[in-house]
Amino acid sequence: MTAVSEMIVPSFDDDVETGRKLAIICSKGSLDMAYPGLILGNAALGEGVELHLFFTFWGFDIITKGRMEDLKFSPVGNTAAHIPAALAPLPGMTSMATHMMQKSMDALEIPSVPEFLDLIVASGGHLWACQMSADMNKLKKEDLYDGVEAIINASSFIEMTEGAQLLFI
Amino acid sequence: MTEYDQWDEDMGKALAEAIGVEMTDEHWKAIRFLREDFKVQGETPTIRRVSTAGGIDTKQLFVLFPKKPAKKMAYIAGLPKPHGCV
Repeated sequence: MTAVSEMIVPSFDDDVETGRKLAIICSKGSLDMAYPGLILGNAALGEGVELHLFFTFWGFDIITKGRMEDLKFSPVGNTAAHIPAALAPLPGMTSMATHMMQKSMDALEIPSVPEFLDLIVASGGHLWACQMSADMNKLKKEDLYDGVEAIINASSFIEMTEGAQLLFI
Repeated sequence: MTEYDQWDEDMGKALAEAIGVEMTDEHWKAIRFLREDFKVQGETPTIRRVSTAGGIDTKQLFVLFPKKPAKKMAYIAGLPKPHGCV
């Protein structure tokens, strides 16, 4: 064994209360736009950063039990999908594009949306649902993923994320 | 430490102590999984992989190796930090 005196001991910042906080507003409900928030949020938790995810507008689908497992990816209007613009709106294109995206994510062992939320909650992340979106969609707490802590209004979210770094997706 | 075989469990224990982690059987289960998985896959497993393939609950990993489980486990196991995003 190498002598202990030669050991490089990194500081994991355990003793420093950095209080770093990240708040991510997830406002989109398509498969491709759901993942960035989940991936970044999960990475933040792994770095010991306090995380709050706020689901609003179309992003509500990410936490709606009946929809979260069936998010879609549409190539329409998305030049980065590299499909000729005239073909993108054809029937069946969305399900084909979704299927292809799902396949490449499965190959990388990226978890499904519900499984990702499980991982975030288990790592100590906080999930919040937007009050207005719940009202618009006529959804109650029981219609939402179990890990969602509460349905809150925008001002409560702003209040609880004081001093946080904020991302809007 | 630059070679895989330079590490042994005594060293793991010393590294853990240096960062304030007292090793229990549960800690060792995670660290041994990291060592084995690295040998097979050629890269350090992420938190998710330790939980899905290694069978240790994510929540528990945050208890065993507080705040930054992936980096702390890699350090104790004498492996590079994980490259995977998830």
